[in-house]
Amino acid sequence: MSLASYILGILAALITLGVVIEMLRRRRLRERHAIWWLIAGVLALVVGVFPGVLAWAAEVVGVAVPTNLIFFVSVAILFLVCLQHSSELTALESQSRILAQRTALLTLRIEDLEKAAQASPPAPPTSPVD
Amino acid sequence: MADSPISDRIARTLVVLPALNEEGAVGEVVAEVLRSNPGISCLVVDDGSTDDTAGVAARAGAHVARLPFNIGVGGAMRLGFNYAIENGFSTVIQVDADGQHDPSEIPELLQELEGADLVLGARFAGKGEYDASGPRRWAMVLLSRILSRVAGTKLTDTTSGFRATGPRAVVLFAEHYPSEYLGDTVESLVIAARSGCVIRQVPVAMRPRAAGTPSHNPLKAATYLGRAMMALVFALMRPPIALTTGSIDNR
Ligand SMILES: Nc1nc2c(ncn2[C@@H]2O[C@H](COP(=O)(O)OP(=O)(O)OP(=O)(O)O)[C@@H](O)[C@H]2O)c(=O)[nH]1
Ligand SMILES: [Mg+2]
Repeated sequence: MSLASYILGILAALITLGVVIEMLRRRRLRERHAIWWLIAGVLALVVGVFPGVLAWAAEVVGVAVPTNLIFFVSVAILFLVCLQHSSELTALESQSRILAQRTALLTLRIEDLEKAAQASPPAPPTSPVD
Repeated sequence: MADSPISDRIARTLVVLPALNEEGAVGEVVAEVLRSNPGISCLVVDDGSTDDTAGVAARAGAHVARLPFNIGVGGAMRLGFNYAIENGFSTVIQVDADGQHDPSEIPELLQELEGADLVLGARFAGKGEYDASGPRRWAMVLLSRILSRVAGTKLTDTTSGFRATGPRAVVLFAEHYPSEYLGDTVESLVIAARSGCVIRQVPVAMRPRAAGTPSHNPLKAATYLGRAMMALVFALMRPPIALTTGSIDNR
């Protein structure tokens, strides 16, 4: 591995971590959603700084080509992120449907109350006591 | 409740019409519902229509709830069940807004509801000449066989949109009516049956749509069977929901 690619790997991991942490700081990302990106960034940084860790891990789990382990872990993390998003999308959809039902019910209620109020005008407001 | 006079029962009955772009038919359906069942209340749920469905329905004398965007028949019906509970109705009857159901058959559904929680108006039970064909028909037959077993009674038309819901089921559905595609018909039956509701069917006649376009084209029909079966399998895999007491306070 050349020095250039060594530095590139570390830089990429640092930038990823930097962006995620900055977005967290500005509340553009909730921890719940950031956790996978943080894990990925930290893993990338560790492997970038100590390439030996990757070779060791590949041997431990019995993966012949260490880069394949990187691909496997990347795909697994992306898969989990997608699954989490699908599930939250489902929850959001169902929440927005319930909100839509509520607003429609409330609007109808207001219209009915307005009609009732017009049909029988309320007693004139009592004068303030003071 | 079983011995309350029919007019009292009608006064506590809400007819809910889910409607999507039905301005050509909904007015006449509302008028017919009100005319053939004096004293009944009618709620049209306009599900994000782009035409004047809401206006036409309101002028015909219905209460109209307007959803801000389309959420499907299941979501619209759930709104109807909640409206019923909040306004003291104990019975909900679902009728298609396209004129395919005959509102003068509502009393027959109400009659059968005396001894049941959910009554389906069945189109293939020997009355009328409604017919579906191809995959949609096979799916309907297969669904009916399986759902008959789940419900413990013979059902011949489980996808019917003409149904009456009694007090216990209204409470159940206000909370748990499914809004997935096909959930409103297939899954709602499974939910009702497994929480102990008594399900019955009454033969009804089916009329051609009064206006508008049918929602099912051949391509949709082909995917119908698969989606219906999936809806059924997942419905059966979910845990049953317990019925609450079913008392509705009359406000
Ligand atoms: N709320 C709501 N209602 C809908 C929606 N789609 C259809 N409907 C209404 O549901 C009822 C039944 O719909 P149809 O399109 O007639 O379905 P169908 O009767 O099974 O099929 P057809 O044979 O085509 O008539 C009608 O009153 C429609 O206006 C929707 O997305 N939301
Ligand atoms: Mg129809």
